[in-house]
Amino acid sequence: MRHTLLFTLRRALLLREISSLIMLLVVILVFFALSPLFLSRENVGVVLEIIPELGIVALGVTMLMIAGEFDLSVGSLFAFCPIMISLFVSEGVHPVLSIVLALLLSLLLGGLNGFVTLYFGIPSFITTLGTMLIWRGAVLLISGGWPPPFSSALPTAFLVGRMGIFRASILWFAGITVLLWFILERTDFGNWMFATGGNQVAARAMGIDTGKVKLANFMLCSLLAGFAGVIQSFRLETTLPSMGGGLEMEAIAATVIGGTALSGGVGTVIGTVIGSFLIRIIDNGLVMARAPSYWFRVFIGIATILAVILNTFVRERARKMRC
Amino acid sequence: MERKNLVEMVNIHKWFSGVCALRGVDFSVGYGEVVGLVGDNGAGKSTLIKILSGVYPPDEGKIYFEGKECHFSSPREARMLGIETIYQEAAMVPKMSVMRNIFMGRELAKFRVGPLAYLDIPRMEEESMKALERVDLRLRSPHAPVDELSGGQRQGVAIARAMYFKSKLVILDEPTNNLSVKESERVLEFIRELKKQGISSIFISHNLYHVYPVADRIVVLSHGEKIGDFRKEETSVEEITKLMVLP
Repeated sequence: MRHTLLFTLRRALLLREISSLIMLLVVILVFFALSPLFLSRENVGVVLEIIPELGIVALGVTMLMIAGEFDLSVGSLFAFCPIMISLFVSEGVHPVLSIVLALLLSLLLGGLNGFVTLYFGIPSFITTLGTMLIWRGAVLLISGGWPPPFSSALPTAFLVGRMGIFRASILWFAGITVLLWFILERTDFGNWMFATGGNQVAARAMGIDTGKVKLANFMLCSLLAGFAGVIQSFRLETTLPSMGGGLEMEAIAATVIGGTALSGGVGTVIGTVIGSFLIRIIDNGLVMARAPSYWFRVFIGIATILAVILNTFVRERARKMRC
Repeated sequence: MERKNLVEMVNIHKWFSGVCALRGVDFSVGYGEVVGLVGDNGAGKSTLIKILSGVYPPDEGKIYFEGKECHFSSPREARMLGIETIYQEAAMVPKMSVMRNIFMGRELAKFRVGPLAYLDIPRMEEESMKALERVDLRLRSPHAPVDELSGGQRQGVAIARAMYFKSKLVILDEPTNNLSVKESERVLEFIRELKKQGISSIFISHNLYHVYPVADRIVVLSHGEKIGDFRKEETSVEEITKLMVLP
């Protein structure tokens, strides 16, 4: 009995998501103690409304990071994609077609990130730092710094329509999470991703086309960033040129908090979902507790470092447990 | 010319930016034979092996595999013919499970949806445990990450993988490097197991004392040339050592 209990405990402690999950529960309890309204119906609704936008971006970043690459350009693409929709619509393109075109463009720009990185053999950190600036610049050039008019012809309900206390976006987030979990954990492509990020030389030696694996993930990451930007733009019914500023850092933080290794080859989809919840809940909880909003960044910083330390420490201990 | 050997490499030359790495080396491996390939660092061992495993082509010379002339343009092609090379660092993904490592790039699928294949995990679990048992390697679970295994166990997993996928020739590049005496002994056991299954192998090492007990034949390279090729019965450790340390 004791034996199986210990075994179960060890297995639980070896889960990549464990430290982020513990932190999430602690944070919820603390904020609830500070302000009981934190768990009110309305406030839970508010949180669930804003989580998908970060969460979907972070999921893309996670997939790419597991395959061994970075994307810093997600925040800029987050603004670029909805701006392109506005541009297409104002040029008289059908609204639905505009959405499709803008998403395809996001996919293509992800392909460009991948191509430049892989063809020239430069770090993706550099490539996407460059494209982060380029696409943000393009957003400002196109918009002139002002939000373009938001067309009422755009079908927004399928993304952000109200459903009780939450919006459709939470379903998209859930669906994408399940899909990516499935790809990562249950398909051959997921195995290639772990292999590519974990030891590229070995993966290549076993005949895995690591370039293709990375390229596909660059494209996925950009598509999701653009898609999440569309969700936010539809929710706010405007497209601010500053949208998604700093989002790349939050997405990386959510990913790392969730147990994904910066060096690639290790990570989970569920951990990133927990990490995204943690970040948005800290954001919201601080407001509810009437703390100055400047504290937000401080806490996210602390949470990120703490999660990684906890992760390393807990795993180290759990491994040494003999049972 | 009659070719009775699994591998025949004839008159192999290789230059690297003007430096001659191999000059006219003949090398063969018989069916079910364990060939020890020894020589000091820089003798040309890895160059010869990389040519055989498709990493690069020879500048001159011919390769025959199962009697047919081959021109490999990638390691993948060599692997498809049944030549499996196990490089120390490049064989495994440390953070991945034993099962996922064994089936890396050759996953078993239940069905396919577009470009994706749905993994048959129960079968992969079962088959990987079976494959490990064939080299007498008993692990608690196929889901243990490879970085929790010892160096010798890792070699065992790599060899089990080669056996499982019906390789005809397994090339082991310095498999006993950085291993304890006991662990090295395990690796030698794995190589004997390969021989029992009728699989040929090439065992590369600069440590003659590891190669000698398992090899049927020992080939000595020095400065890009073959300076010795003995059946084990015809030679002794002393004789080969003398040959190896000659300038």
